[in-house]
Formats: sequence, C-alpha cells, structure tokens
Amino acid sequence: MSVQADPIGLSEVEPEKKQRSRGTRSLGILRNRKALIGLIMLAFFLVLAVIGPWIAPHDPNAVTQDSLQPPSADHWLGTTNTGQDIFSQLLVGTRGVMLVGLLAGVLATMISVIVGVTAGFLGGIGDELLSLLSNVFLIIPALPLIIIVAALVPSAGGVTIALIIALTGWAWGSRVLRAQTLSLRKRDFVEAARANGEPMWRIIFFEIMPNLTAIIASGFIGTAIFAILSEVTLAFIGVTSISEWNWGTILFWAQSSQALVLGAWWWFVPAGLCIAAVGTSLTLINFGIDEFVNPRLRNTAASASLLRKKGIRARIGFTPVYRGGGSQHPEPSRARGTDVESGDQARTDAAGSGPSSDTAHSGRTTNTEEVTA
Amino acid sequence: MTYFLRRLGFYLFTAWAAITLNFFIPRMLPGDPVQSLINKFQGRLNTDAVESLYVLFGLDENRTVWQDYVAYLNNLFHGDLGISFTYFPTPVSQILGQSLPWTIALVGLSTVIGFVLGTLAGVGLGWRRGTWADNLLPIANFFSAIPYFWLGIIAIAVFAVAWPMFPAAGGYDPGTLPGWNMEFIGGAIYHGILPALTIIISSISGWILGMRNMMVTVSSEDYVTVAQAKGLPERKVMFGYAARNAVLPSISGFALSLGFIVGGTLVAEMVFSYPGIGYMLFQAIGSKDYPLMQGAFLVVTISVLVASMLADFVYAFLDPRTRVEG
Repeated sequence: MSVQADPIGLSEVEPEKKQRSRGTRSLGILRNRKALIGLIMLAFFLVLAVIGPWIAPHDPNAVTQDSLQPPSADHWLGTTNTGQDIFSQLLVGTRGVMLVGLLAGVLATMISVIVGVTAGFLGGIGDELLSLLSNVFLIIPALPLIIIVAALVPSAGGVTIALIIALTGWAWGSRVLRAQTLSLRKRDFVEAARANGEPMWRIIFFEIMPNLTAIIASGFIGTAIFAILSEVTLAFIGVTSISEWNWGTILFWAQSSQALVLGAWWWFVPAGLCIAAVGTSLTLINFGIDEFVNPRLRNTAASASLLRKKGIRARIGFTPVYRGGGSQHPEPSRARGTDVESGDQARTDAAGSGPSSDTAHSGRTTNTEEVTA
Repeated sequence: MTYFLRRLGFYLFTAWAAITLNFFIPRMLPGDPVQSLINKFQGRLNTDAVESLYVLFGLDENRTVWQDYVAYLNNLFHGDLGISFTYFPTPVSQILGQSLPWTIALVGLSTVIGFVLGTLAGVGLGWRRGTWADNLLPIANFFSAIPYFWLGIIAIAVFAVAWPMFPAAGGYDPGTLPGWNMEFIGGAIYHGILPALTIIISSISGWILGMRNMMVTVSSEDYVTVAQAKGLPERKVMFGYAARNAVLPSISGFALSLGFIVGGTLVAEMVFSYPGIGYMLFQAIGSKDYPLMQGAFLVVTISVLVASMLADFVYAFLDPRTRVEG
C-alpha cells in the first residue's frame, strides 16, 4: 500500500509549504493572498479618506479659467467645464464614500445580527415573524426604495443616506446568520452550556457569537460594497445633496455637463475606476474570508494547480481530506484522488506514509485522457 | 401543493407590505412637500391635482390616515395610481403602462441571458479549476464591483461618441412610429444592443463566481466520483451530475437577487435614456413628480415579485426536496 502512496510525488512539495503555513498561522487570514491584496488596497483608500482633503492640491469647488483641460502637471486629472480640479474632487470625495460605506455597513450588520441571531435562537413563532420580516425586505427591490426615500428627504446628506441604506440592506445578512445560528443551536457545546444552566445572553454572546464571526465579517463587507454602490448611484442620479463631494457627485456633474459628448474622458473615468477598485478590494477580502471558512474552496484550487504542474488535469473528486493524526490545525492539505480509469489499482489510504505524518495522500488522479503528458 | 400555497401567501403578503410602505413613506417624512410643490408648479396644477397631492401625502384634514389608506388601496385595485405632474393630466398608470414593455424586454432579456451565460461559464471554470481559466476570476471580480451606470457611461463614450456605432440614447428611431413593423422593430433592437450588452457584462460575473464555487464544492461529492467511475462521458458527468446539482443555489439566488438586478438596471435605463420604467423614475425625480415616482416603485416591486415567484416555482420543480419540506 505504501508503495503506491505517493505515485506523483505530491508530498515532496508539501512539507516545506506546511512549515511556512504553520509559522504564519497566527496571522490567520493574512496568509491568504487575495485577502492580503484586498486589505492593502482598502488601507490605501482609508488613508486617502482621512488625509484626502488635506493633500488635495486645489479647492474642489474653485472655479478657474482652465476649463476642460486634459490631465497636465498642474491638474493631474484635468479640469471640469468650470475649471475645477478633478483630482482634488476625487481626493475630497473619498471620505464621503468610505464613511457611508462604513457607517451603513456597521448599522446594517448590527440589525442583521440582532434579527438573525434572535430568530435562529428563538425558533417558533418569533422566528417565523422575524424571518418573514427579513424575507420581505430581501425581496422588495432595495435601490428603487432607497431612491424614493432619498428623493423625499430634502437634501439628504451622507449620514441620512447611510441610515436609509442600512434600514433597507440588512436582510441578506440576517438570513445567513439565522441559518447558521439554527445549526449551531443544536450543537453539543451549546446544549452543554444550556444544561449547565448558563443564562441565555451568555450562551448567545460566548457560545454562539464567536462561531459567527466570519459570517458577520463577510456580511459586513457585503453590505459595505452595497452601500458604496448605492450611495454613488444615488449621487449620480442626483437624488442626494450635490454639494457634498463624493465619486458619484463627480459623475453626476460629468453626465449633466455633457462630458461624454465633449470627449472629456478624464472627467468620468477615474471616479469609476476608484469605485471599482474599492469594490474589488472588498470582494477580495470577502473571498479570503470565504476560503478561510470553507477550506474546500481554498484547497481544491490549490491542489488542482499543484496537480496541473504534474501534468494532471483536475476535474473531479479533489475533496481535501482532513485526517487527524495529531495535527492541531484544520488545514486539510491533501487531495483525495479518484482512481477512475483503473479501479483495480490500489486506491491507497496511506495515513502516515508520507514524509509529513499528518498529511496523507491517497490515491492518484488518473484518467488516461486527463493525464496529459 | 401546500408549498406553492405558502409561497403564494408570502408573495401576496410582500406585495401588501410594499404597497403599505409606499403609502406610509411620504407621511413619515418631515416637512410639507405639498406646499413647496404647489409653489413650484404655480399655475400649472389645477385643483384636481392639488387635491390628489393632499390625498397622496395624507394632509387632507377631513380624513383620518386610515380612511386615506382604504381609499388608496381602493384606487390601486382600480389601477389608479394618481395623475402625473410632469405629463399632466396623463394618469401615472398610462405612462407606466407604456414604459413597462420596454423595461421587460430590455432588463428581462438581458438578465436571463446574463444568468444563462454566466452559469454556463461558471460550470466550465469550476470544472477546469487550476488552469488558465482561474485567471478569468479576478477579471470577473473587477467587473462585478463596477457600478452598472459607469459601465454604461464608458460604453456610450466608446461606442456612441468615439466610434459612433450605436445610438447613445433612446429606445427606437425618432423617425419611426411605434408599431409592429420591421422598421420600428429593427430600430428598437439596434437601440437596445448597447444597454443590453452593458447589463449582461456587469451582471454575468456574479453568476460566474457563484456557479464556479458551487461546482468546486459539488464536483468532489461522491455521486460525481461514482458517475466518473462508471465511465460516463465527461460531458454527461459535468452537466448531468455536477452542474445539475450545483445550479440549485444559483436559481434560488436568482430569485432573491432579482430585486438588486432590476434596481441596478433601472439606472442603466437612466444612463441610456431608454424609455422604460427606470427612465420614467429618473424624470420623476428630476421634476419632483411624486405620484409618478411612487407608481414606478410599485410597478417595479410587483414585477420583481412576480418574476421572483416564477423563479421560486422553477426551483421547487427542479428540487423536489423543497416541496417536501414545505
């Protein structure tokens, strides 16, 4: 059995990789390349949000003679038709965007945690009612609702918009949290805590909530993306106060001043790219969290590309198998192959046969047509 | 059967909630919008319109909120959404009735196309993970973070201004009259291409990513391994076993995200001045035409509910477990 244990030499690569991952384990999510890139991008924009108004070279509102100038040394991103400096507008506008995203994200996450965890924990009629509420909010189209409310509130500013977005955008998170709480509620450790007579608030905050952290974080980031996109969209439509600078306001003025027809690409391209960059950074962080929570996503991709280097095309059956063997960390590090073509060949189960004892490679992935030379 | 009845009940309840929300929102907000509106439309509003404004905002002193509410529901049942200010004295229902087909054709078609293409691409990417195909993911990722309307702006700048291949605005040739003739339909399709493409491009990535992740999860299930072990053709394993099960969350996700999609694509209509509900909503906001605004919201919501209900039933049809759990 051990003869066939590692026919494609996977474990030659693994031990070294393992060592590294063990060393940085305390950093958790930072080990994930996607999440790291996302965090760096996000940090960049957060810094801009703080210092943006100070480092802006011009007053974003100042009207000058240089109308519709393309990017130059003096105006890095050119000027508007009234000679305002677009780079300064972009810098000053960062704060509004990040603030609304953050505020709406925090508020909506709080609502979704309260509703979702309560619903999942209570069960019965309370659960039914709260679920009904979140399902209703989930299905009513959020953006038109936000547009209506924002249009009715005279000169709605950033905080108002964040409130409106939070009140309409919590439902998705609460639905996910409820499902997870429902499943946690039945677990042994919660039952044990209940049997010990721990008070309900203690069970919720110390037994259940820590297990929801990743989902809550993921929900927060999802809501922040939604909030940023909604805010920018509202500003672009012209529903919100147009005197406050944010990236949507820049696009609003670009659109209403015929920047498209005038071919002033420097007016509307940078703001859109900034929005997309912030959105991408948040999505990357969310991916990192997803892969952190669901090792299948991480390891199937990783082991698939590893196999590919060996000339094997990964299609099916790469469940990362978690074999205890004294390992403390839940990092399923090995792919289980399926021996499709030759069922008679040993489908090895060779725990302990590889060089690193806690990783067991079993079988090989072969299918003659998949083993491309 | 009880499952379908329960879902139907839920959608009816949601419709009622949306209508009620629509009724109460203007009443809960501060200020006296009516007076400012009357000032704004000085001389252009006749007494009927002023009256309907007061009813709309519940400022009719002689009636309680409850009576207003009943009257409002009663009007709705008769298809009466009030009278538009901008297109005075055209009823809101008539304006929206004219723009709804445009929205359904554009948003409906491009949403379905985006969903189908994205799901298929996700199947392929999930099946071929670890190859060059993985490099497409960051691109899809970037596109899903772009707001719809910005993609529309770029599309106009490139394909309507820089290289004038497509019209920048409108839904049909101004020279033709709406009707079932080749000239008009051809023009309508020609005007629809650019907005439809932007909607498809920006919605497709979400479906790709979701489907890809589900494929990765599903393709390591035992039944897929068994199917492969039986020596079934790869295509059959991929679609008949893996994709068939991986698609279920996508379909229920489709039902739930319809609201987001439609909300986003309304903005695409605003960018392209496409004569659908979204553009009407845009104009209503610009001219503070509250009856039209609220009517548009209601029509959009009801359409989303209906579409979502259909997706729900398709889901129940594909996955018998939901019916049993009911």
